[in-house]
Amino acid sequence: MFNVEKIRKDFPILSRKVNGKPLVYFDNAATSQTPQQVIDAIVNYYHNYNANIHRGVHTLSQEATDLYEQSRQKIQKHFHAKFSHEIIFTSGTTHGINLVANGFTSILKKGDDIIVSALEHHSNIVPWQMLCERTGANLKVIPMNNEGELVMSEYEKLLSKNTKLVFVNHISNALGTINPIEYIIEKAHDIGAAVLIDGAQACPHIKPDVQALDVDFYVASAHKMCGPTGVGILYGKEAWLKKLPPYQGGGEMIAEVTFEKTTYADLPHKFEAGTPNIAGGIVFGAAIDYMNNIGFDAIAKYENELLEYATEKLLQIDSLKIYGTAKNKTSVISFNLKGIHPYDVGSILDKLGIAVRTGHHCAQPIMDYYKIPGTIRASFAFYNTKAEIDALVAGVKKAKMMLS
Amino acid sequence: MTIEDIQNEIIDEFSMFDDWEERYQYMIDLGKELPLIDDQYKTDSNIIKGCQSKVWVHAEMKDDKLQFTADSDAIITKGIIAILIRAFSNQHPKDIIDADTSFIDKIGLKEHLSPTRANGLVSMVKQLKMYAIAYQTQLN
Ligand SMILES: Cc1ncc(COP(=O)(O)O)c(C=O)c1O
Repeated sequence: MFNVEKIRKDFPILSRKVNGKPLVYFDNAATSQTPQQVIDAIVNYYHNYNANIHRGVHTLSQEATDLYEQSRQKIQKHFHAKFSHEIIFTSGTTHGINLVANGFTSILKKGDDIIVSALEHHSNIVPWQMLCERTGANLKVIPMNNEGELVMSEYEKLLSKNTKLVFVNHISNALGTINPIEYIIEKAHDIGAAVLIDGAQACPHIKPDVQALDVDFYVASAHKMCGPTGVGILYGKEAWLKKLPPYQGGGEMIAEVTFEKTTYADLPHKFEAGTPNIAGGIVFGAAIDYMNNIGFDAIAKYENELLEYATEKLLQIDSLKIYGTAKNKTSVISFNLKGIHPYDVGSILDKLGIAVRTGHHCAQPIMDYYKIPGTIRASFAFYNTKAEIDALVAGVKKAKMMLS
Repeated sequence: MTIEDIQNEIIDEFSMFDDWEERYQYMIDLGKELPLIDDQYKTDSNIIKGCQSKVWVHAEMKDDKLQFTADSDAIITKGIIAILIRAFSNQHPKDIIDADTSFIDKIGLKEHLSPTRANGLVSMVKQLKMYAIAYQTQLN
Protein backbone atom coordinates (compact mmCIF):
# COMPACT_ATOMS: atom_id res chain seq x y z
CA MET A 1 0.00 0.00 0.00
CA PHE A 2 1.22 3.48 -0.89
CA ASN A 3 1.51 5.45 2.34
CA VAL A 4 2.83 8.96 1.84
CA GLU A 5 3.25 9.72 5.55
CA LYS A 6 5.45 6.65 5.93
CA ILE A 7 7.43 7.56 2.80
CA ARG A 8 8.03 11.09 4.04
CA LYS A 9 9.78 9.70 7.10
CA ASP A 10 12.46 8.35 4.75
CA PHE A 11 13.43 11.91 3.73
CA PRO A 12 15.16 13.77 6.58
CA ILE A 13 15.21 17.08 4.68
CA LEU A 14 11.41 17.20 4.50
CA SER A 15 11.23 17.97 8.20
CA ARG A 16 13.46 21.04 8.05
CA LYS A 17 12.25 24.61 8.18
CA VAL A 18 12.94 27.34 5.67
CA ASN A 19 12.47 30.96 6.70
CA GLY A 20 10.76 29.70 9.82
CA LYS A 21 8.16 27.69 7.90
CA PRO A 22 8.01 23.96 7.19
CA LEU A 23 9.74 23.30 3.88
CA VAL A 24 7.40 22.62 0.97
CA TYR A 25 9.66 21.24 -1.74
CA PHE A 26 8.15 21.64 -5.18
CA ASP A 27 11.35 21.87 -7.22
CA ASN A 28 11.60 18.16 -7.86
CA ALA A 29 12.08 18.57 -11.59
CA ALA A 30 15.37 20.38 -10.86
CA THR A 31 16.60 17.79 -8.38
CA SER A 32 14.84 15.26 -6.19
CA GLN A 33 15.37 14.78 -2.47
CA THR A 34 17.37 11.92 -1.01
CA PRO A 35 15.93 9.20 1.23
CA GLN A 36 17.82 7.86 4.25
CA GLN A 37 18.32 4.52 2.47
CA VAL A 38 20.34 6.27 -0.23
CA ILE A 39 22.25 8.41 2.27
CA ASP A 40 23.08 5.18 4.14
CA ALA A 41 24.39 3.63 0.93
CA ILE A 42 26.77 6.59 0.48
CA VAL A 43 28.02 6.26 4.05
CA ASN A 44 28.30 2.49 3.74
CA TYR A 45 30.49 2.83 0.66
CA TYR A 46 32.92 5.24 2.33
CA HIS A 47 32.91 3.28 5.60
CA ASN A 48 33.57 -0.09 4.10
CA TYR A 49 34.53 -0.18 0.42
CA ASN A 50 36.26 2.98 -0.75
CA ALA A 51 38.97 2.02 -3.27
CA ASN A 52 39.75 2.53 -6.93
CA ILE A 53 38.09 0.05 -9.24
CA HIS A 54 39.16 -2.20 -12.12
CA ARG A 55 42.83 -1.92 -11.26
CA GLY A 56 43.76 -3.38 -7.88
CA VAL A 57 44.48 -6.95 -6.93
CA HIS A 58 43.63 -6.16 -3.34
CA THR A 59 40.34 -7.13 -1.74
CA LEU A 60 38.98 -3.65 -1.23
CA SER A 61 39.44 -2.75 -4.88
CA GLN A 62 37.85 -6.03 -5.90
CA GLU A 63 34.84 -5.48 -3.65
CA ALA A 64 34.34 -1.91 -4.85
CA THR A 65 34.59 -3.10 -8.46
CA ASP A 66 32.00 -5.80 -7.81
CA LEU A 67 29.61 -3.31 -6.25
CA TYR A 68 30.06 -0.91 -9.16
CA GLU A 69 29.43 -3.64 -11.72
CA GLN A 70 26.46 -4.99 -9.74
CA SER A 71 24.99 -1.54 -9.83
CA ARG A 72 25.45 -1.44 -13.59
CA GLN A 73 23.54 -4.72 -13.83
CA LYS A 74 20.79 -3.38 -11.62
CA ILE A 75 20.49 -0.37 -13.92
CA GLN A 76 20.54 -2.66 -16.97
CA LYS A 77 17.60 -4.59 -15.50
CA HIS A 78 15.73 -1.43 -14.59
CA PHE A 79 15.94 -0.06 -18.12
CA HIS A 80 15.63 -3.56 -19.58
CA ALA A 81 18.78 -3.26 -21.70
CA LYS A 82 19.94 -6.43 -23.41
CA PHE A 83 23.51 -6.27 -22.06
CA SER A 84 25.05 -4.58 -19.03
CA HIS A 85 27.84 -3.20 -21.24
CA GLU A 86 25.19 -1.12 -23.01
CA ILE A 87 24.95 0.95 -19.80
CA ILE A 88 27.70 3.60 -19.71
CA PHE A 89 28.16 5.51 -16.48
CA THR A 90 28.29 9.27 -17.09
CA SER A 91 28.30 12.37 -14.92
CA GLY A 92 24.68 12.98 -15.92
CA THR A 93 22.33 13.60 -18.80
CA THR A 94 24.38 16.48 -20.19
CA HIS A 95 27.49 14.31 -20.35
CA GLY A 96 25.59 11.51 -22.11
CA ILE A 97 24.26 13.90 -24.74
CA ASN A 98 27.70 15.35 -25.39
CA LEU A 99 29.18 11.88 -25.66
CA VAL A 100 26.74 10.93 -28.42
CA ALA A 101 26.99 14.30 -30.19
CA ASN A 102 30.76 14.00 -30.19
CA GLY A 103 30.60 10.47 -31.52
CA PHE A 104 28.50 11.54 -34.47
CA THR A 105 31.20 13.95 -35.64
CA SER A 106 32.81 11.17 -37.68
CA ILE A 107 29.46 9.84 -38.92
CA LEU A 108 27.75 12.99 -40.23
CA LYS A 109 28.47 14.69 -43.53
CA LYS A 110 27.67 18.12 -44.88
CA GLY A 111 24.00 18.30 -45.81
CA ASP A 112 22.85 15.72 -43.26
CA ASP A 113 20.04 16.70 -40.90
CA ILE A 114 19.69 16.47 -37.13
CA ILE A 115 16.16 16.92 -35.80
CA VAL A 116 15.53 18.27 -32.29
CA SER A 117 12.31 19.45 -30.68
CA ALA A 118 11.08 22.89 -29.64
CA LEU A 119 10.61 21.53 -26.11
CA GLU A 120 14.28 20.93 -25.39
CA HIS A 121 16.26 22.07 -22.41
CA HIS A 122 18.21 24.84 -24.22
CA SER A 123 21.61 23.79 -22.94
CA ASN A 124 20.96 20.49 -24.68
CA ILE A 125 20.54 22.18 -28.03
CA VAL A 126 24.10 23.49 -27.81
CA PRO A 127 25.90 20.12 -28.33
CA TRP A 128 23.90 19.69 -31.57
CA GLN A 129 24.70 23.21 -32.74
CA MET A 130 28.36 22.49 -32.11
CA LEU A 131 28.05 19.18 -33.98
CA CYS A 132 26.49 21.04 -36.93
CA GLU A 133 29.37 23.52 -36.92
CA ARG A 134 31.89 20.69 -36.97
CA THR A 135 30.22 18.68 -39.71
CA GLY A 136 28.16 21.06 -41.85
CA ALA A 137 24.96 19.23 -40.90
CA ASN A 138 21.70 21.18 -40.44
CA LEU A 139 19.60 21.47 -37.30
CA LYS A 140 15.82 21.17 -37.81
CA VAL A 141 13.25 21.79 -35.09
CA ILE A 142 9.92 20.02 -34.48
CA PRO A 143 7.50 22.84 -33.53
CA MET A 144 5.08 22.80 -30.59
CA ASN A 145 1.43 23.83 -30.39
CA ASN A 146 -0.32 26.01 -27.85
CA GLU A 147 -0.92 23.09 -25.47
CA GLY A 148 2.82 22.46 -25.38
CA GLU A 149 2.66 19.31 -27.51
CA LEU A 150 4.98 18.51 -30.39
CA VAL A 151 3.25 18.65 -33.76
CA MET A 152 3.73 15.20 -35.26
CA SER A 153 2.57 16.13 -38.76
CA GLU A 154 5.38 18.72 -38.87
CA TYR A 155 7.85 16.14 -37.59
CA GLU A 156 6.98 13.83 -40.46
CA LYS A 157 7.58 16.64 -42.94
CA LEU A 158 11.06 17.20 -41.53
CA LEU A 159 12.08 13.56 -41.95
CA SER A 160 13.97 12.77 -45.14
CA LYS A 161 16.77 10.61 -46.42
CA ASN A 162 19.15 13.25 -45.06
CA THR A 163 17.96 12.76 -41.48
CA LYS A 164 20.65 10.97 -39.52
CA LEU A 165 19.73 11.65 -35.92
CA VAL A 166 16.64 12.66 -33.93
CA PHE A 167 16.94 14.08 -30.40
CA VAL A 168 13.84 14.59 -28.25
CA ASN A 169 13.17 14.63 -24.53
CA HIS A 170 10.86 11.98 -23.16
CA ILE A 171 9.22 14.54 -20.89
CA SER A 172 9.62 18.33 -21.10
CA ASN A 173 11.16 19.91 -18.00
CA ALA A 174 9.40 23.24 -18.49
CA LEU A 175 5.86 22.04 -19.20
CA GLY A 176 5.70 18.39 -18.18
CA THR A 177 4.49 17.21 -21.60
CA ILE A 178 5.04 13.48 -22.19
CA ASN A 179 6.19 13.23 -25.79
CA PRO A 180 5.05 10.39 -28.08
CA ILE A 181 8.52 8.91 -28.29
CA GLU A 182 7.33 5.48 -29.50
CA TYR A 183 5.95 7.14 -32.62
CA ILE A 184 8.96 9.43 -32.99
CA ILE A 185 11.35 6.46 -32.81
CA GLU A 186 9.32 4.37 -35.25
CA LYS A 187 9.14 7.13 -37.86
CA ALA A 188 12.86 7.87 -37.54
CA HIS A 189 13.74 4.20 -37.95
CA ASP A 190 11.56 3.98 -41.06
CA ILE A 191 14.05 6.23 -42.81
CA GLY A 192 17.13 4.81 -41.09
CA ALA A 193 17.86 7.64 -38.61
CA ALA A 194 19.10 7.02 -35.07
CA VAL A 195 17.22 8.37 -32.03
CA LEU A 196 18.56 9.71 -28.73
CA ILE A 197 15.96 10.25 -26.01
CA ASP A 198 16.66 12.58 -23.06
CA GLY A 199 15.01 10.78 -20.16
CA ALA A 200 16.13 13.19 -17.42
CA GLN A 201 12.56 14.20 -16.59
CA ALA A 202 10.90 10.89 -17.38
CA CYS A 203 12.90 8.50 -15.20
CA PRO A 204 11.61 9.93 -11.89
CA HIS A 205 8.06 9.03 -13.00
CA ILE A 206 8.24 6.18 -15.53
CA LYS A 207 10.26 3.00 -15.93
CA PRO A 208 11.36 3.06 -19.58
CA ASP A 209 11.95 -0.22 -21.42
CA VAL A 210 14.68 0.55 -23.93
CA GLN A 211 14.20 -2.68 -25.85
CA ALA A 212 10.44 -2.27 -26.19
CA LEU A 213 11.03 1.34 -27.27
CA ASP A 214 13.72 0.13 -29.66
CA VAL A 215 15.53 3.38 -28.89
CA ASP A 216 19.16 3.74 -30.00
CA PHE A 217 20.34 5.92 -27.12
CA TYR A 218 18.69 6.95 -23.86
CA VAL A 219 20.19 9.24 -21.17
CA ALA A 220 19.25 9.99 -17.55
CA SER A 221 20.57 11.59 -14.33
CA ALA A 222 20.54 9.96 -10.88
CA HIS A 223 19.89 13.21 -9.03
CA LYS A 224 16.36 13.46 -10.36
CA MET A 225 15.62 9.90 -9.20
CA CYS A 226 16.41 10.15 -5.47
CA GLY A 227 20.09 9.53 -6.19
CA PRO A 228 23.23 11.68 -5.86
CA THR A 229 24.33 14.50 -8.19
CA GLY A 230 27.12 14.05 -10.71
CA VAL A 231 26.19 10.59 -11.96
CA GLY A 232 23.96 9.31 -14.71
CA ILE A 233 23.80 6.82 -17.51
CA LEU A 234 23.90 6.58 -21.25
CA TYR A 235 22.18 3.53 -22.67
CA GLY A 236 23.23 2.73 -26.21
CA LYS A 237 22.52 -0.25 -28.42
CA GLU A 238 25.63 -2.40 -28.59
CA ALA A 239 26.04 -1.92 -32.33
CA TRP A 240 25.91 1.85 -31.98
CA LEU A 241 28.32 1.97 -29.06
CA LYS A 242 30.79 -0.15 -31.02
CA LYS A 243 30.49 2.21 -33.95
CA LEU A 244 31.01 5.46 -32.02
CA PRO A 245 34.62 6.49 -31.34
CA PRO A 246 35.70 7.01 -27.69
CA TYR A 247 34.83 10.39 -26.21
CA GLN A 248 37.69 11.04 -23.84
CA GLY A 249 41.13 9.50 -23.58
CA GLY A 250 42.51 8.26 -20.27
CA GLY A 251 42.82 5.37 -17.88
CA GLU A 252 40.27 2.53 -18.01
CA MET A 253 39.38 3.09 -21.65
CA ILE A 254 42.43 1.46 -23.18
CA ALA A 255 43.48 -2.10 -23.79
CA GLU A 256 47.07 -1.56 -24.87
CA VAL A 257 49.12 1.60 -25.21
CA THR A 258 52.35 2.14 -27.07
CA PHE A 259 53.53 5.45 -28.47
CA GLU A 260 52.62 4.22 -31.93
CA LYS A 261 49.12 2.98 -31.29
CA THR A 262 46.54 2.43 -28.61
CA THR A 263 43.83 -0.16 -28.75
CA TYR A 264 40.64 0.66 -26.95
CA ALA A 265 39.05 -1.37 -24.23
CA ASP A 266 35.78 -3.18 -24.80
CA LEU A 267 32.44 -1.74 -23.89
CA PRO A 268 31.52 -0.20 -21.53
CA HIS A 269 35.05 0.85 -20.51
CA LYS A 270 35.82 2.43 -23.89
CA PHE A 271 33.57 5.33 -22.79
CA GLU A 272 34.61 5.46 -19.15
CA ALA A 273 38.01 7.15 -19.13
CA GLY A 274 39.58 7.93 -15.77
CA THR A 275 38.41 7.16 -12.25
CA PRO A 276 34.62 7.48 -12.33
CA ASN A 277 32.21 8.63 -9.63
CA ILE A 278 32.42 5.24 -7.95
CA ALA A 279 30.27 6.02 -4.93
CA GLY A 280 27.76 7.75 -7.21
CA GLY A 281 27.53 4.76 -9.55
CA ILE A 282 27.00 2.34 -6.69
CA VAL A 283 24.49 4.58 -4.93
CA PHE A 284 22.53 5.15 -8.15
CA GLY A 285 21.69 1.45 -7.87
CA ALA A 286 20.45 1.97 -4.31
CA ALA A 287 18.25 4.87 -5.47
CA ILE A 288 16.73 2.69 -8.19
CA ASP A 289 16.06 -0.01 -5.61
CA TYR A 290 14.36 2.53 -3.39
CA MET A 291 12.06 3.74 -6.16
CA ASN A 292 11.28 0.22 -7.35
CA ASN A 293 10.36 -0.80 -3.82
CA ILE A 294 7.72 1.91 -3.81
CA GLY A 295 6.83 0.94 -7.36
CA PHE A 296 6.56 3.09 -10.46
CA ASP A 297 2.88 2.28 -10.97
CA ALA A 298 2.06 3.48 -7.47
CA ILE A 299 4.26 6.55 -7.98
CA ALA A 300 2.58 7.47 -11.27
CA LYS A 301 -0.91 6.96 -9.86
CA TYR A 302 -0.25 9.09 -6.77
CA GLU A 303 1.57 11.86 -8.65
CA ASN A 304 -1.29 12.02 -11.09
CA GLU A 305 -3.70 12.59 -8.20
CA LEU A 306 -1.45 15.41 -6.98
CA LEU A 307 -1.37 16.91 -10.48
CA GLU A 308 -5.15 16.85 -10.86
CA TYR A 309 -5.71 18.25 -7.38
CA ALA A 310 -3.18 21.06 -7.85
CA THR A 311 -4.43 21.92 -11.33
CA GLU A 312 -8.00 22.23 -10.08
CA LYS A 313 -7.07 24.30 -7.01
CA LEU A 314 -4.70 26.63 -8.83
CA LEU A 315 -7.18 27.29 -11.63
CA GLN A 316 -9.65 28.57 -9.02
CA ILE A 317 -7.38 31.59 -8.61
CA ASP A 318 -8.54 34.03 -11.22
CA SER A 319 -5.94 35.56 -13.49
CA LEU A 320 -3.82 32.42 -13.07
CA LYS A 321 -2.81 30.81 -16.33
CA ILE A 322 -1.25 27.37 -16.73
CA TYR A 323 1.23 26.85 -19.59
CA GLY A 324 1.45 23.33 -20.96
CA THR A 325 -1.93 21.66 -21.01
CA ALA A 326 -1.04 18.53 -22.93
CA LYS A 327 -3.40 15.60 -22.46
CA ASN A 328 -0.42 13.48 -21.58
CA LYS A 329 1.67 15.17 -18.89
CA THR A 330 3.48 14.51 -15.60
CA SER A 331 3.25 16.27 -12.27
CA VAL A 332 4.66 19.60 -13.40
CA ILE A 333 2.63 22.83 -13.43
CA SER A 334 4.07 25.91 -15.09
CA PHE A 335 1.97 28.99 -14.43
CA ASN A 336 1.82 32.77 -14.15
CA LEU A 337 -0.40 35.35 -12.54
CA LYS A 338 -1.57 37.86 -15.09
CA GLY A 339 0.55 41.02 -15.10
CA ILE A 340 2.88 39.77 -12.35
CA HIS A 341 6.50 38.74 -12.90
CA PRO A 342 7.28 35.13 -11.90
CA TYR A 343 10.34 36.32 -9.96
CA ASP A 344 8.12 38.31 -7.60
CA VAL A 345 5.81 35.38 -6.92
CA GLY A 346 8.77 33.04 -6.41
CA SER A 347 10.38 35.47 -3.92
CA ILE A 348 7.23 35.59 -1.82
CA LEU A 349 6.71 31.82 -1.95
CA ASP A 350 10.30 31.40 -0.77
CA LYS A 351 9.55 33.55 2.26
CA LEU A 352 6.73 31.11 3.01
CA GLY A 353 9.10 28.14 2.87
CA ILE A 354 7.82 26.99 -0.53
CA ALA A 355 10.52 26.04 -3.04
CA VAL A 356 9.45 26.45 -6.66
CA ARG A 357 11.48 27.26 -9.73
CA THR A 358 10.96 30.57 -11.47
CA GLY A 359 12.41 31.75 -14.75
CA HIS A 360 12.72 30.26 -18.19
CA HIS A 361 13.69 26.76 -16.95
CA CYS A 362 16.45 26.60 -19.54
CA ALA A 363 13.76 26.45 -22.18
CA GLN A 364 13.96 29.92 -23.70
CA PRO A 365 12.35 28.86 -27.00
CA ILE A 366 9.20 27.77 -25.13
CA MET A 367 9.01 31.08 -23.25
CA ASP A 368 9.47 32.94 -26.55
CA TYR A 369 6.62 30.91 -28.03
CA TYR A 370 4.26 32.07 -25.26
CA LYS A 371 5.87 35.57 -25.26
CA ILE A 372 6.52 35.49 -21.51
CA PRO A 373 9.74 36.12 -19.53
CA GLY A 374 9.30 32.87 -17.64
CA THR A 375 6.92 30.95 -15.44
CA ILE A 376 6.58 29.70 -11.90
CA ARG A 377 7.07 25.94 -12.00
CA ALA A 378 5.81 23.64 -9.27
CA SER A 379 6.90 20.04 -9.80
CA PHE A 380 5.60 17.31 -7.51
CA ALA A 381 7.15 14.05 -6.38
CA PHE A 382 5.63 10.99 -4.72
CA TYR A 383 6.62 12.31 -1.27
CA ASN A 384 4.59 15.52 -1.63
CA THR A 385 1.09 15.87 -0.20
CA LYS A 386 -2.21 17.58 -0.91
CA ALA A 387 -1.69 19.61 2.27
CA GLU A 388 1.49 21.00 0.72
CA ILE A 389 -0.44 21.87 -2.42
CA ASP A 390 -2.93 23.73 -0.21
CA ALA A 391 0.03 25.67 1.21
CA LEU A 392 1.17 26.52 -2.31
CA VAL A 393 -2.30 27.69 -3.33
CA ALA A 394 -2.56 29.85 -0.19
CA GLY A 395 0.93 31.22 -0.91
CA VAL A 396 0.06 32.12 -4.49
CA LYS A 397 -3.09 33.88 -3.28
CA LYS A 398 -1.04 35.80 -0.75
CA ALA A 399 1.53 36.75 -3.39
CA LYS A 400 -1.24 37.91 -5.66
CA MET A 401 -2.70 40.08 -2.93
CA MET A 402 0.65 41.62 -2.06
CA LEU A 403 1.70 42.20 -5.65
CA SER A 404 -1.44 43.50 -7.30
CA MET B 1 22.80 64.39 2.55
CA THR B 2 25.72 62.00 2.22
CA ILE B 3 25.25 58.47 0.98
CA GLU B 4 25.83 57.24 4.49
CA ASP B 5 23.15 59.55 5.91
CA ILE B 6 20.65 58.34 3.38
CA GLN B 7 21.50 54.73 4.05
CA ASN B 8 21.01 55.26 7.79
CA GLU B 9 17.68 56.91 7.11
CA ILE B 10 16.60 53.87 5.08
CA ILE B 11 17.75 51.54 7.84
CA ASP B 12 15.66 53.56 10.31
CA GLU B 13 12.59 53.32 8.11
CA PHE B 14 12.92 49.57 7.76
CA SER B 15 13.46 49.08 11.48
CA MET B 16 9.80 50.01 11.99
CA PHE B 17 8.65 46.86 10.26
CA ASP B 18 7.97 43.80 12.35
CA ASP B 19 8.20 41.06 9.77
CA TRP B 20 9.12 40.23 6.21
CA GLU B 21 5.61 40.84 4.97
CA GLU B 22 5.67 44.49 5.97
CA ARG B 23 9.15 44.92 4.50
CA TYR B 24 8.13 43.31 1.25
CA GLN B 25 4.89 45.26 1.05
CA TYR B 26 6.83 48.50 1.50
CA MET B 27 9.26 47.53 -1.24
CA ILE B 28 6.48 46.53 -3.57
CA ASP B 29 4.84 49.90 -2.98
CA LEU B 30 8.13 51.69 -3.65
CA GLY B 31 8.47 49.65 -6.80
CA LYS B 32 5.02 50.60 -7.98
CA GLU B 33 5.32 54.30 -7.23
CA LEU B 34 8.39 55.08 -9.20
CA PRO B 35 8.36 55.65 -12.94
CA LEU B 36 12.05 55.08 -12.83
CA ILE B 37 13.43 55.49 -16.29
CA ASP B 38 12.53 57.43 -19.39
CA ASP B 39 11.34 55.02 -22.08
CA GLN B 40 13.96 56.27 -24.53
CA TYR B 41 16.66 54.84 -22.25
CA LYS B 42 15.03 51.42 -21.92
CA THR B 43 17.28 50.20 -24.70
CA ASP B 44 19.20 46.99 -25.17
CA SER B 45 22.46 48.77 -24.50
CA ASN B 46 21.23 49.87 -21.06
CA ILE B 47 19.95 46.44 -20.10
CA ILE B 48 21.53 44.26 -17.46
CA LYS B 49 20.48 40.70 -17.98
CA GLY B 50 19.79 38.52 -15.00
CA CYS B 51 18.41 35.11 -15.76
CA GLN B 52 15.24 35.96 -13.85
CA SER B 53 14.49 39.65 -14.11
CA LYS B 54 15.85 42.41 -16.30
CA VAL B 55 17.24 45.71 -15.09
CA TRP B 56 17.80 48.89 -17.11
CA VAL B 57 20.11 51.63 -15.89
CA HIS B 58 20.80 55.09 -17.30
CA ALA B 59 23.30 57.64 -15.93
CA GLU B 60 23.70 61.37 -16.53
CA MET B 61 25.95 64.07 -15.02
CA LYS B 62 24.36 67.23 -13.69
CA ASP B 63 26.45 69.87 -11.86
CA ASP B 64 29.21 67.38 -11.03
CA LYS B 65 26.68 64.98 -9.58
CA LEU B 66 25.69 61.69 -11.10
CA GLN B 67 21.97 61.07 -11.68
CA PHE B 68 20.71 57.53 -12.06
CA THR B 69 17.43 56.29 -13.40
CA ALA B 70 16.58 52.62 -13.65
CA ASP B 71 13.79 50.12 -14.05
CA SER B 72 13.03 46.41 -13.92
CA ASP B 73 10.30 44.10 -15.17
CA ALA B 74 9.89 42.56 -11.68
CA ILE B 75 8.32 44.71 -8.97
CA ILE B 76 10.39 43.51 -6.00
CA THR B 77 13.54 44.10 -7.99
CA LYS B 78 12.15 47.53 -8.85
CA GLY B 79 11.58 48.26 -5.16
CA ILE B 80 15.19 47.48 -4.39
CA ILE B 81 16.29 49.62 -7.32
CA ALA B 82 14.25 52.50 -5.88
CA ILE B 83 16.17 52.10 -2.62
CA LEU B 84 19.55 51.89 -4.34
CA ILE B 85 18.82 54.94 -6.44
CA ARG B 86 17.73 56.90 -3.44
CA ALA B 87 21.08 56.05 -1.83
CA PHE B 88 23.38 56.61 -4.81
CA SER B 89 21.77 59.11 -7.15
CA ASN B 90 22.56 62.81 -7.08
CA GLN B 91 25.98 62.21 -5.52
CA HIS B 92 29.55 62.91 -6.57
CA PRO B 93 31.09 60.04 -8.52
CA LYS B 94 33.89 59.71 -6.01
CA ASP B 95 31.45 59.17 -3.15
CA ILE B 96 29.60 56.56 -5.18
CA ILE B 97 32.84 54.72 -5.87
CA ASP B 98 33.67 54.64 -2.16
CA ALA B 99 30.18 53.76 -0.90
CA ASP B 100 29.35 50.30 0.39
CA THR B 101 26.08 48.42 0.02
CA SER B 102 25.95 46.51 3.27
CA PHE B 103 22.88 48.52 4.32
CA ILE B 104 20.88 46.16 2.09
CA ASP B 105 21.75 43.35 4.53
CA LYS B 106 20.68 45.51 7.43
CA ILE B 107 17.22 46.05 6.01
CA GLY B 108 16.67 42.32 5.56
CA LEU B 109 16.94 42.14 1.79
CA LYS B 110 20.28 40.45 1.61
CA GLU B 111 19.03 37.47 -0.38
CA HIS B 112 18.10 39.73 -3.28
CA LEU B 113 21.66 40.98 -3.60
CA SER B 114 23.19 37.52 -3.58
CA PRO B 115 25.40 37.01 -6.66
CA THR B 116 23.59 33.74 -7.38
CA ARG B 117 20.11 35.23 -7.35
CA ALA B 118 20.30 36.05 -11.07
CA ASN B 119 18.00 39.06 -10.83
CA GLY B 120 20.42 41.60 -12.26
CA LEU B 121 20.78 43.56 -9.02
CA VAL B 122 24.37 42.62 -8.26
CA SER B 123 25.34 43.60 -11.77
CA MET B 124 23.33 46.77 -11.36
CA VAL B 125 25.33 47.85 -8.32
CA LYS B 126 28.52 47.07 -10.24
CA GLN B 127 27.19 49.10 -13.15
CA LEU B 128 26.42 52.11 -10.92
CA LYS B 129 30.01 52.03 -9.71
CA MET B 130 31.34 51.62 -13.25
CA TYR B 131 29.45 54.73 -14.33
CA ALA B 132 30.86 56.57 -11.33
CA ILE B 133 34.40 55.49 -12.24
CA ALA B 134 33.90 56.51 -15.87
CA TYR B 135 32.57 59.96 -14.98
CA GLN B 136 35.19 60.43 -12.28
CA THR B 137 37.88 59.82 -14.89
CA GLN B 138 36.31 62.53 -17.06
CA LEU B 139 36.32 64.97 -14.13
CA ASN B 140 40.00 64.36 -13.39
C1 LIG C 1 15.05 17.51 -19.84
C2 LIG C 1 16.37 17.70 -19.19
N1 LIG C 1 17.50 17.35 -19.84
C3 LIG C 1 18.70 17.48 -19.28
C4 LIG C 1 18.88 18.03 -18.05
C5 LIG C 1 20.27 18.20 -17.51
O1 LIG C 1 20.56 17.23 -16.57
P1 LIG C 1 21.96 17.24 -15.80
O2 LIG C 1 22.15 18.63 -15.32
O3 LIG C 1 21.79 16.25 -14.69
O4 LIG C 1 23.01 16.83 -16.79
C6 LIG C 1 17.76 18.40 -17.32
C7 LIG C 1 17.94 18.98 -15.97
O5 LIG C 1 17.44 19.98 -15.59
C8 LIG C 1 16.48 18.25 -17.91
O6 LIG C 1 15.39 18.63 -17.25
